[in-house]
Amino acid sequence: MALRTQTGPYFGEYGGRYVPESLIAALDELAAEYESARDDPAFQAELAELHRTYTGRPSIITEVPRFAEHAGGARVILKREDLNHTGSHKINNVLGQALVAKRLGKTRLIAETGAGQHGVATATAAALFGMSCVVYMGEVDTERQALNVARMRLLGAEVIPVKTGSRTLKDAINDALRDWVANVDTTHYLLGTVAGPHPFPVMVRDFHKIIGEEARQQVLDLTGALPTAVTACVGGGSNAMGIFHAFLDDPDVQLFGYEAAGEGADTPRHAATITKGRPGVLHGARSYMLQDEDGQTVESHSISAGLDYPGVGPEHAWLSDIGRASYLPVTDAAAMDALRLLSRTEGIIPAIESAHALAGTLELGRKLGPDSVILVNLSGRGDKDMETAGRYFDLIDAEAEQV
Amino acid sequence: MTETQSGTTASPVERVIRARREAGTGALIGYLPVGFPDLETSVDAAVALAENGVDVIELGLPYSDPVMDGPVIQAATQQALAQGFRLRDGFEAVRRITSRVDAPVVLMTYWNPVVQYGVDRFADDLAAAGGAGLITPDLIPDEAGEWIAASNRTGLDRIFLAAPSSTATRLQQAVSTSRGFVYAVSTMGITGARSDVDNAARGLVERLREAGSESACVGLGISTAEQVREVLAYADGAIVGSALVSALANGGVDEVARTARALSDGTRVS
Repeated sequence: MALRTQTGPYFGEYGGRYVPESLIAALDELAAEYESARDDPAFQAELAELHRTYTGRPSIITEVPRFAEHAGGARVILKREDLNHTGSHKINNVLGQALVAKRLGKTRLIAETGAGQHGVATATAAALFGMSCVVYMGEVDTERQALNVARMRLLGAEVIPVKTGSRTLKDAINDALRDWVANVDTTHYLLGTVAGPHPFPVMVRDFHKIIGEEARQQVLDLTGALPTAVTACVGGGSNAMGIFHAFLDDPDVQLFGYEAAGEGADTPRHAATITKGRPGVLHGARSYMLQDEDGQTVESHSISAGLDYPGVGPEHAWLSDIGRASYLPVTDAAAMDALRLLSRTEGIIPAIESAHALAGTLELGRKLGPDSVILVNLSGRGDKDMETAGRYFDLIDAEAEQV
Repeated sequence: MTETQSGTTASPVERVIRARREAGTGALIGYLPVGFPDLETSVDAAVALAENGVDVIELGLPYSDPVMDGPVIQAATQQALAQGFRLRDGFEAVRRITSRVDAPVVLMTYWNPVVQYGVDRFADDLAAAGGAGLITPDLIPDEAGEWIAASNRTGLDRIFLAAPSSTATRLQQAVSTSRGFVYAVSTMGITGARSDVDNAARGLVERLREAGSESACVGLGISTAEQVREVLAYADGAIVGSALVSALANGGVDEVARTARALSDGTRVS
């Protein structure tokens, strides 16, 4: 059975629809509309044109030999999703879902956001299509990512700081779901990752699989062969599913997802969901999650707001169980070192999320050796992380801060 | 006790609702969370419900991600969790309440805690504690195979939700799968008091009747005796939550007793 043909609602024992009955009609409607859009050449043409003239696709690949010297001499090739409009892979999914929402006659987009990247991308699509937009963001995150809050507001979106629960991404998802239940007639919930109830995991993956499809051909063109391994960071897992998908049925290509280990996977402060979690039900799907003995969700921790999530998409849970992809933890410290290394050796400042994939790749390269070729999904750019990086590396002059 | 609600072996909840309906009115179902403001008081408050006209007690298990709940219930359950609520407290509360009053007690729980406890073990421990069944707000019948088997084995009620947006097919599924009652969601939204109980509730109950329901109870937004009376004119039961939780938060067990008594006015034949 081809692994690439999975279309949900279940991936092995994972996935499904664990949501209030009030949402089932909306999910049914969304699934039907998505399937009709997927098979509609006009829809695909409209999305492809948007990607060409707005997103900036195809995104290029960049070989990074000076960085690769630190990766055991393996060839390292970056897929440059950081060069997309709005600065990350998130726009791929947002444009696709916004077009589906338009087909459904919805006039209002709502979204959750952690770091703010998905919120910014959703606000962007809402501006582009003339839709109203509300973004739910944990109060803690609105403070950590004040600049992205300003971006969303500039784009015309309303940002609602979520004050319930742990006041982070998981609570923003809860509030977005509550909003959706109450306003489902006019509103599309533009979920930002490959998690949530069916059809979100498969739909979001499909909108991101262009990453792997482009990169697979680009690497073939550059090297004449498929890469030895493909790597990506995994929070909810959208950029990883996007680049993995084209390679799922290439058995010789190894797939590695790097989870945020925060202060260490063996400390309580991490977001390494597959590494340390166990199967459960969260936000509408069965998958791995961080939870206590009673099934209460445990708060995650990562220096990267985009990976700071106690769940993971169900397709990743399945790929892990069947051994097709491996998921390994990367600490805050290793990610920040890799962020600085890529900046200094190649002049590319990655997002802290993507730096987790880079850190994993450094170690992987040393293991696979100089004959290997590693394709890394550079999912986002680091501009949004300058405050965190500035503090972490002590780069900001004390006087400059006072201005 | 594997018959559905039309069967002769009615469950305790079905018997209570049927008796109230046959008396020309309907049942009052009252919700309170376990462990708020503490375990002891939550038990006393639930007992006070039964002693003041509430026919069926719905006990909520606090959960970290309660997507169906509005601000009042969220605040209460979050406080219970912060104070160290454990699932075993839920069974303990059921045991204590059912030892003091006759009203049947159903638990309201999001699904993951049940999965982690073990569906069979959960059903066994709930039955052993004297509980009558489960309301599962984020479990639809389509995903409930394991729970249907466990509830059949133990005779516990399983109460699924029906929404104004549910198709006729889904309403039929909710009716045929549920035992005890079907929880008819009055409005497209979450828990919390509302000044008007949505007209959608009446239409939904009518459609549930067409789907064969003999036990449809309406919840979400009901907070006054007037609304209880209005709902019981067409439904078999009225479910009140946030208003009772507010009463407990603001005035303790005495205020819960007063509020329950006032609400139960809505169940009197006038």
